[in-house]
Amino acid sequence: MRDAASTFLYRAFVYGIGGLAILYLIAPIAIALVMSFTAGQTLQFPPQGLSLRWYAALLDPVVSATEHIAAFNSLKIAGLAVIGSLLFAVPASIGMARIRGRAANLTEPLLLAPLVLPSLVYGLAALVVSSLVGLRPSLWLTVAGHIVVFGPLMYRATAVIAQGMDPSLAEASTTLGATPVTTLRRVILPLLVPGILAGAFLVFIQSLDNVSVSLFLADARTTVLPLRMFAMIEESLDVRVAAMSGILIAVTLVVVVAGRKLFGPSR
Amino acid sequence: MTTMRSSGAPYLLPMLLLSVVFFVTPLALLVAYSFSGKAGISLENYSAFLGDPFNFRVLMNTVRLGVLTVIGTTLLGVPIALLYWHSGSRTRQVIIFLSLIPMLTSNVVRTFAWIVILGRQGPISQALLGLGFTGQPISLMFTELGLVLTMCQIDLPLIILPLIAVLSRVNKQLTDAAEVAGAGPWRVFLTVLLPLMLPGLLAGWILVFASTSASFVTQAVIGGARNVYMPQLIYREVGVLFDWPLASAIAVVLLLSTGSLLLALSAIARHRRLVGHA
Repeated sequence: MRDAASTFLYRAFVYGIGGLAILYLIAPIAIALVMSFTAGQTLQFPPQGLSLRWYAALLDPVVSATEHIAAFNSLKIAGLAVIGSLLFAVPASIGMARIRGRAANLTEPLLLAPLVLPSLVYGLAALVVSSLVGLRPSLWLTVAGHIVVFGPLMYRATAVIAQGMDPSLAEASTTLGATPVTTLRRVILPLLVPGILAGAFLVFIQSLDNVSVSLFLADARTTVLPLRMFAMIEESLDVRVAAMSGILIAVTLVVVVAGRKLFGPSR
Repeated sequence: MTTMRSSGAPYLLPMLLLSVVFFVTPLALLVAYSFSGKAGISLENYSAFLGDPFNFRVLMNTVRLGVLTVIGTTLLGVPIALLYWHSGSRTRQVIIFLSLIPMLTSNVVRTFAWIVILGRQGPISQALLGLGFTGQPISLMFTELGLVLTMCQIDLPLIILPLIAVLSRVNKQLTDAAEVAGAGPWRVFLTVLLPLMLPGLLAGWILVFASTSASFVTQAVIGGARNVYMPQLIYREVGVLFDWPLASAIAVVLLLSTGSLLLALSAIARHRRLVGHA
């Protein structure tokens, strides 16, 4: 009798609380998505009538000129951050797979450190230093900051593969007469592709969403999308933010689904 | 083989240089800057910060927000991890997918969703109104409760994914054995699964705490002007009051207070892992 009760309670805990927790996790995303189709002027939920008016307002080049510039800036910064992190982090992951022992144990935490540091603190530090050397906030400074803070994501994604790579593959290539460059281009880099794609996705999405670094390093002309959304929320609770959210959620969904189709359910 | 080994360094060099010049140096200078006073090196920024009772309360509130969010995400994350554990491989994939989507969705978007939920015309207010708990619409915006609810949802994936990563490596026969030996489900959970989950929990706590202590937008939007946290304080000193040395000192205090907690947690994690293997 007592056993049955405790089993029932356990089931309620796992399936009841667990199910509700999943609902809690996912419902806000669904609510933001539904909200973006409201026909009303306010954020009343459930919305009074459905329409595409806020998407239309958001896509209108005159009404939403500032938002379009912000979106373009953010896409540019995110794209450059991905390229930058490729150039620094992918070679680093190849290099790290070739060193062992103390040197590796000391270097790896240094490369990963930006991931644990509150990025707001880093943004301030970068602002202090750049102003000491006479650099003013700009798009390029923001890109540099994003490479430093998000490059480790690319490193982590590719290092896992590089470190698990069978060294005999590169050795075989060398034995067969390939130069180091050919080995790199034809053997090592192709094997790293899944990690590079995953890393590029993470860097892009984090850069696109970053506030704490851009807050300090972007100049007044370089408005970025999340800061623009933040300003719209703070100033007037503009319902166009709902349409922006709808677009960002749709893009995330598409990329995650595509990623899982490409790399299988193991990822 | 020695050539293979020595050939690692040139590949590593660019990112190491980047890290030293653009990461380590700025942070070192930030710390140095926080000690700069009107007449040379001094502790005046720190005494100015800690001497002000308002600032001290902000520091305590920031730690409190982090701790409440860690508790909330743990209470919600553990049942989800157990749900994952008891599910077949298809449902497991769905749970991973449902955790990834919110994690990869923009923070500003998730914060926006909570404005809708917590507002006077939102579902919480309407549900309470409909059930007769309140006579008039209520808003949880600009309250600590509203902010904790928001932070818990935003940070929940950060605790679920490490827990799932740990559990997916555990063989189901382990709990089957405990059940055969006569242990009830609670006992299996407390004596077998929970200890196995511990490294994942600690990893999750570190991520959640670090994320909470730096979530500028969510704190500013949901917390409002009455609930101020460390990130806003830093931003106010830099962007509004232009007191950079004081801002640096506040940043160092934030770094030390979260950093020491994170180091303590990772120390426990490392220790527990050793114990777990023994």
